[in-house]
Amino acid sequence: MTDTTLPADVATAIGQVQYEQTGEFPVERGYIWTSCASVENGNPLFWDDTIADQITDGPISPPTMLSVWFRPHHWSPGRTEPALPLQVHFDLKARFELPEAIMSDNTIVFYEPVRPGDVLGTRQILRSVSEPKTTKLGTGRFWVIDVEYVNQRDELVGVESYTGFGYRRDET
Amino acid sequence: MRTDRLTLDGVRPGDVLAELAYDVTATTVVLGALATRDTRPMHHDHDFAVQRNGTRDIFLNTPNQAAWFERYLTDWSGPYGRLGRMKFRMKGSVFPGDTMVLSATVEHVETDELGCGWATVLVHLTVNDDLKTDCTARLALPVDHDDNPWRRRGDSWQP
Repeated sequence: MTDTTLPADVATAIGQVQYEQTGEFPVERGYIWTSCASVENGNPLFWDDTIADQITDGPISPPTMLSVWFRPHHWSPGRTEPALPLQVHFDLKARFELPEAIMSDNTIVFYEPVRPGDVLGTRQILRSVSEPKTTKLGTGRFWVIDVEYVNQRDELVGVESYTGFGYRRDET
Repeated sequence: MRTDRLTLDGVRPGDVLAELAYDVTATTVVLGALATRDTRPMHHDHDFAVQRNGTRDIFLNTPNQAAWFERYLTDWSGPYGRLGRMKFRMKGSVFPGDTMVLSATVEHVETDELGCGWATVLVHLTVNDDLKTDCTARLALPVDHDDNPWRRRGDSWQP
């Protein structure tokens, strides 16, 4: 639940679309295979083009790779600071001066399949910010951020909802 | 993994999926971070994880856990299984040296008003019987041997 005593700038940001972006690179199979290898996923949809043609009209990306296509390169020409995924999350950490953060809940809804060659677009929407809370990690605030993803045809491919907890470790 | 077509009539609430046990190493964690393009240091830098995050080691990141859940569910369903929705909550971290165990129970089976078959499955990721993450997944399954949930597009897909 959102804290009704939030700073005005944070309260205003709730529900607003922020950081509309286009992916830095097209969806590509090398990363699909790396992801499958990392969890030993032998689903033939990702390894056998004949089966992919039969079932999904051609190769697709594992649905849970949605966020992968939006993580920025760690470095690129002209960039002086590392780009951060889920920028709203880092904005809130900075705004409340909370040096640490974790993600506690994650909901993903999958729509149109993502395919190699797709270039995805995304936007972030802050849904809520809690009042200060103390957990075993420290004292801070919970927040919920939605990330919506569309493909180059403006078809919705997924929505991720993250619950983050920004905190400061308690002195012991 | 299953290669035939698991259909909805073969699934009942209370069905238990076969467990998957996996010995997690530092490579598991780092490869998972690499595969998800996650360069945050708590997923590859032991000192950072301990000193800044207060954890005992580097730990599996969220997107890679999602990939583990997907793999586990589609090992059961086969390639015709299509994920509609996943909700998971992390209650503790998974570290190198842990043996993580994924287990699951079918909670609910339904056919929606558009004729799409759905199984709701509760998955637990545990280490030494300690729950680390729970995941509720809504997975579309063929209603018969002529059905293919991946053919559903636009309004005919309501995850």
